[in-house]
Amino acid sequence: MEIADLDLELVVMKAPFPLLRGEVGFEEWSSVALSIAQGHGRLITLWGTDNGQRESGRYSVSAVYEFVDATLIWLDLYLPDQQVNFPDIAGIYPYATRLQRTMTDLLGLHAEAAADTRPWLNHGAWPSDYFPLRKEFTGTEDRRWPGVVDYPFVPVTGDGVHEIAVGPVHAGIIEPGHFRFSVVGEKTLRLEEHFGYAHKGIDKRFEHISASEGHLLAGRISGDSTVAYAWAYCMALEAAWGWEVPTRGAWLRALLLERERVANHLGDLGALGNDAAFTFGLTQFMRLKEDWLRLNKTFFGHRFMMDCIVPGGVGVDIDVAGMSQIVTQCDAIEAEVSRLRAIYDDHAGLQDRFLTTGRVSTELATELGLTGLAARASGIARDVRIDAPTLPYTELKVKIASRDGGDVAARVAVRFDEVVESLRLIRQIARALPAGEVLEKTNDQMRAGSGVGWVEGWRGGIFLALTVADGNRITRCHSHDPSAQNWPVLEYAVIGNVVPDFPLINKSFNLSYSGTDR
Amino acid sequence: MWKIAKQIVKVGIATEAPPAADFEETALRINKEILNILGRALTIREVDAGSCNGCELELNALGNVYYNLEGLGIKFVASPRHADMLLVTGPVTRNMAQALQLTFDATPEPKLVVAVGDCAINGGIFGTSYATLGGVDKVLTVDLAIPGCPPEPKAILQGILTAVQYRLESRTGANSN
Repeated sequence: MEIADLDLELVVMKAPFPLLRGEVGFEEWSSVALSIAQGHGRLITLWGTDNGQRESGRYSVSAVYEFVDATLIWLDLYLPDQQVNFPDIAGIYPYATRLQRTMTDLLGLHAEAAADTRPWLNHGAWPSDYFPLRKEFTGTEDRRWPGVVDYPFVPVTGDGVHEIAVGPVHAGIIEPGHFRFSVVGEKTLRLEEHFGYAHKGIDKRFEHISASEGHLLAGRISGDSTVAYAWAYCMALEAAWGWEVPTRGAWLRALLLERERVANHLGDLGALGNDAAFTFGLTQFMRLKEDWLRLNKTFFGHRFMMDCIVPGGVGVDIDVAGMSQIVTQCDAIEAEVSRLRAIYDDHAGLQDRFLTTGRVSTELATELGLTGLAARASGIARDVRIDAPTLPYTELKVKIASRDGGDVAARVAVRFDEVVESLRLIRQIARALPAGEVLEKTNDQMRAGSGVGWVEGWRGGIFLALTVADGNRITRCHSHDPSAQNWPVLEYAVIGNVVPDFPLINKSFNLSYSGTDR
Repeated sequence: MWKIAKQIVKVGIATEAPPAADFEETALRINKEILNILGRALTIREVDAGSCNGCELELNALGNVYYNLEGLGIKFVASPRHADMLLVTGPVTRNMAQALQLTFDATPEPKLVVAVGDCAINGGIFGTSYATLGGVDKVLTVDLAIPGCPPEPKAILQGILTAVQYRLESRTGANSN
């Protein structure tokens, strides 16, 4: 299938990767969604906008698809007059359900005849006729807010079936969310997730800060992916404003992104050992991660490299001696990781817990839209750094890490491979880092426009769509975490597994709560 | 097994020398103070009340061998019923306010509340909105706040110890009246 077969009027948008945008009519909304799915494309994200006074309709819904050739297609549907209904596409892309329910909660738009219309982010903490993303609301009104109410979970009945309720306050130091297990004995029959506890009103908050400072907020959508989000935001803003990033700045962004990937993978590899009762693994990997974070602090001033990526480039630089220290540390970490990998691989008890646990087949992964690291462990070899590379990935030539197993063991193996690959990339960056400026001298072209950011964070593709108005203002900023696709898959991954394996399976995905709740 | 033993020996003890000259002495004294107040080690229940997960990364880092938290008699526990102190992060989302209050109610007296990170102090970059209350003190009485985005492990450790000391002093003051 070719994009031309969709028979849409699409325009090329300015972006460092192939990006098209167009309007569709009410009837086309679902038919195009179906055509793209049949052509093996994927839905990336879905969101709604209040456009204020506008002739062709006040509200619009937008969808971004990844076509099979990795081109992103941004489609807008302007709802006529004051209409708030739009066609449901959850039958084609199951994970659209929660995104559509989010639109209902935040904007009062409804997916027509959708199967699940329960509130998602609104737990009752704000009135059901209060829609924060509508322009008549500021999001900061001083009023008496109601309290949260119970959520209608889907009950499972039968002989010996009982429920286990977990969260939102979990046993470990983890983000808040609720898991409702229906079990027989030890076996999980059904898991239902309930999130929104980390909903901070970020989309609305963007409207209250200047566009040139939006990267600070974007960098706090999910703290463990601060580099990826800040890059995605800046990529979108730079496209809207027509700014160019100096080559050295772009290369340094990749250095930071790969360092973020390594830090998170090291932490996860340790935690995965720990969740299989192998505390030695946690102790060893956390030590390596601490070494890694400390070098971040030394050279970039922050352990997680927050606020290092800024519109126009990066706010940090590093000299040759510094790069050489970074390379030396890469060598040291690689040697340690290789030793620890041999220990993990040889440990029968550990492998017994990892293998076949929480399995997601390639078919299921494809059907449900699994993405990123977890998808690569289920035989779907997709990676934004390879499929839609921007500078310097166009030159770095990332080698993809992929496994077919789809179990915890596969997700562990992909992390090990990706650590090694990221260390290789960092060394390559050290060798080829071009000289020059790291930040574009601002030319003050803060004009109205829109842009898109698309960055492979350590979990998967982080997407951000930004619309800015004159005067350095943000009119709409929608961010999308790959966890949104993957959380519903976790509900399937645990079916038939014993309850004590849930923490292990959950950690093997290690999805973001804050990134999806926003 | 041989490889594991070899790695353990090779790494040795990674726990760091005290950051300040009198740290060890201070730590010992603090440890005694903890014992005086609570009669046992300090146990902490962490509550993420809607943070971006940045503070959680640092709280987890506190458990690594460099900081040796448990060596000071401080331990994170799974249930508020086992806790002496709540470490609360995040701008306190309205969706988490009730869970935070219930966690506090489930924690036995005497208990301490420490707000960790800029968001836990005043909502940080997220501020106050339809979705966030903007600071732990909107829900609970806070004994001590640790600023930072996120605060580094050493700062969190110092904050925990200070909160214990602060409570001890306020108690001593109260007793002398």
